[in-house]
Amino acid sequence: MAYINHEVVERQMTKRRTKNTVFKNLFLGATLLALLALVVLMYRMITQGAGYLSLDFLQNFSSRFPEKAGISAGLVGSLAMLAVVTPVSLFLGVGAAIYLEEYAKKNKVTTFIQMNISNLAGVPSIVFGLLGLTIFVRMLGMGKSILAAGLTMSLLILPVIIVAAQEAVRSVPGSLREASYGMGATKWQTIYKVVLPAAIPGILTGSILALSRAIGETAPLVVIGIPVIVQFLPDGILSEFTALPMLIFDWAKRPQEEFQYVAAAGILVLMMLLIFMNSIAVFIRNKFQNRY
Amino acid sequence: MVQAIVREEQQTKQEMKVLQNQPRENVYETNNLNLWYGDKHALKDINLNIQENNVTAIIGPSGCGKSTYLKTLNRMVELVPSVRTTGEINYRQRNILDKGYSVEELRTKVGMVFQKPNPFPKSIYDNIAYGPRIHGIKNKKVLDQIVEQSLRGAAIWDEVKDRLHDNAYGLSGGQQQRICIARCLAIEPDVILMDEPTSALDPISTLKVEELVQELKENYSIIIVTHNMQQAARISDKTAFFLNGEVIEFDATDKIFSNPSDKRTEDYVSGRFG
Amino acid sequence: MVVREKYEQELARVQQRLVDLCELAIHAFDRSVDVLLEKDAEKAWMLIEQDRFINRLEQHIQDDVLLIIAKQQPVATDLRRVMVLVKAASEMERIGDYAVSIAKETIRLGDAELVLPIEKIARMRVLAIKMLRDMLQAFITEDLMEAKVLAEMDDQIDELYGEALTELLAATHLQDGAESQLQQLSFVCKYIERAADHATNLAESLFYLVKGKHYAFD
Repeated sequence: MAYINHEVVERQMTKRRTKNTVFKNLFLGATLLALLALVVLMYRMITQGAGYLSLDFLQNFSSRFPEKAGISAGLVGSLAMLAVVTPVSLFLGVGAAIYLEEYAKKNKVTTFIQMNISNLAGVPSIVFGLLGLTIFVRMLGMGKSILAAGLTMSLLILPVIIVAAQEAVRSVPGSLREASYGMGATKWQTIYKVVLPAAIPGILTGSILALSRAIGETAPLVVIGIPVIVQFLPDGILSEFTALPMLIFDWAKRPQEEFQYVAAAGILVLMMLLIFMNSIAVFIRNKFQNRY
Repeated sequence: MVQAIVREEQQTKQEMKVLQNQPRENVYETNNLNLWYGDKHALKDINLNIQENNVTAIIGPSGCGKSTYLKTLNRMVELVPSVRTTGEINYRQRNILDKGYSVEELRTKVGMVFQKPNPFPKSIYDNIAYGPRIHGIKNKKVLDQIVEQSLRGAAIWDEVKDRLHDNAYGLSGGQQQRICIARCLAIEPDVILMDEPTSALDPISTLKVEELVQELKENYSIIIVTHNMQQAARISDKTAFFLNGEVIEFDATDKIFSNPSDKRTEDYVSGRFG
Repeated sequence: MVVREKYEQELARVQQRLVDLCELAIHAFDRSVDVLLEKDAEKAWMLIEQDRFINRLEQHIQDDVLLIIAKQQPVATDLRRVMVLVKAASEMERIGDYAVSIAKETIRLGDAELVLPIEKIARMRVLAIKMLRDMLQAFITEDLMEAKVLAEMDDQIDELYGEALTELLAATHLQDGAESQLQQLSFVCKYIERAADHATNLAESLFYLVKGKHYAFD
């Protein structure tokens, strides 16, 4: 047993340690760079937009005059759209995930479906916009309504939710299912009483992140043709509306310099909404952390 | 003094009963059972009769099919895809391998305790009440009684009665396993299958579970798979030795551990397995 | 094949001790009859003195077996083997005790002339010693056939014992002062006969070890 020559090992030690340090600093640099970009962005938004944030800004409709421009129609529209997206995408997404994980036999068809779901998550959002325009707006005649936009957004985030929910369902240990089956529970009882309760924190965390993506998306709305200048609040699910990112997009396009600041203020509101939703996700994750 | 005499008399009566040797009924009769996992022939021509109110131990090296056989007894083995069986297993004179036999019904009569304690991430109370609830019992008072009775049956009531609504994950491994046994008792089974129930426990918890098994056999038929031969020798009445998917020897535990008939059994129980 | 090396080593050590014990005991027994025939009281005292080695060896074997059971938890044949080791050791220790008893009878007889016939005693001794020695060999090699043959030798010794007693009793009437010797010599005959019985017990133990069932050679 003399395969290891300790002298050689010692000689190479310095080189190995140097490499170790270099890589550690390289990765640290990558992290800092990403962080720096975020800080610069935040700094610009806050310095430019903070001045325009006010109660009036939240209550006013959009306007030709920067001082009078507000986001009320966009904020309410976005939240209304969320009210459509949440139930639709959760029901479809969790349902599909449970089917794929618990019921579907592991064969080629399932693998094919699985692959397509993963691919769908990578399809550009504008393609979903075109799909929504064709099916919901035109074929089903929903118009540029909250419902049409909400369904489009649901389709957009569905793959993400399915994958997240599958992950959560899969991470419920098999021993718990065995325990339930072992007592004579049916498959549905096992799913409903054991698997779902244990998977819910994971499902919710993933879903909320997906929902915040739905709120921030602009491209599908542009394609559907959601108007920008809306001088009323939506009064129903089929009502026309506008959304936060649409307003920001519109303001950012305008030539007057003041509108850049209005856009920044709009972005601040959107970001606060996102941060709020993400904190809920973090909260749920920490509170219901599973200990198997 | 008088008490001692009375006790002695009772004991003699009990011994007399044993001596009279009332024939025990078979809970399970396995006839020519064969089982395949895909192409792998995991159980070969198993013929075993398991008596009621007995502890039957199944021993054998890893991969000999003992766990597979146990899981066939409540058809849990079907959770593995591509399982195929031939032959029959009669539970109380009915073949459970018949397509018409409902697994849910079977598993209500045949409870199972697993290798690793696997309580649900719920309160102790909800863990025990799980079985009765899925079988439709909603009355709170009845559930309370079942929970207490089951926990007492598993000899853990005194340890947990003040924290029934705490999460079961807060208990020690040994306590969790006894919770799982209590959970199994709550469905009032006829047979309890135990798949290496103490392999994840410390020695003291192991002894507690073993004592419990001794008490439980008064009212239940217990089939236990174990890697621990001393355990099989301590707690079982009959022992089956499995090797490469076959039953090599099935006899009274005393016989298996003092004077087995088959050389392979002897080699295995005396730790010289080859 | 997993060989339990540590266990086999420990077992071999105890088995060697048993062999030592047997040889010591048989030797002491053989010597004790010599001493009786030679009426050598001094050597008799030595024999009595040396018995404590035999006793100590038996205790060692007991302790070793206790440790083996505690540490190795033998079952089936392994367990029977260690049990039989203890039993054989105690049989052999008894043979050592008979040697002591015969030595004591020698001392009691003192210098007095032996007036009774002792030719039968000498023959019994030869037979018993042969039986013990061969039995030890059969025991070590676990040779059941040989053990069975040897166990049947016990009948010859029993027969000789009967004859010896009759001879002694008959001679008592002819000789003066024979009564005092009669008791001592009949005891000696008894001890030799008993020693042969222990050899038979050894054969029974060996059968139990190998077959796992109790046999009796009567």
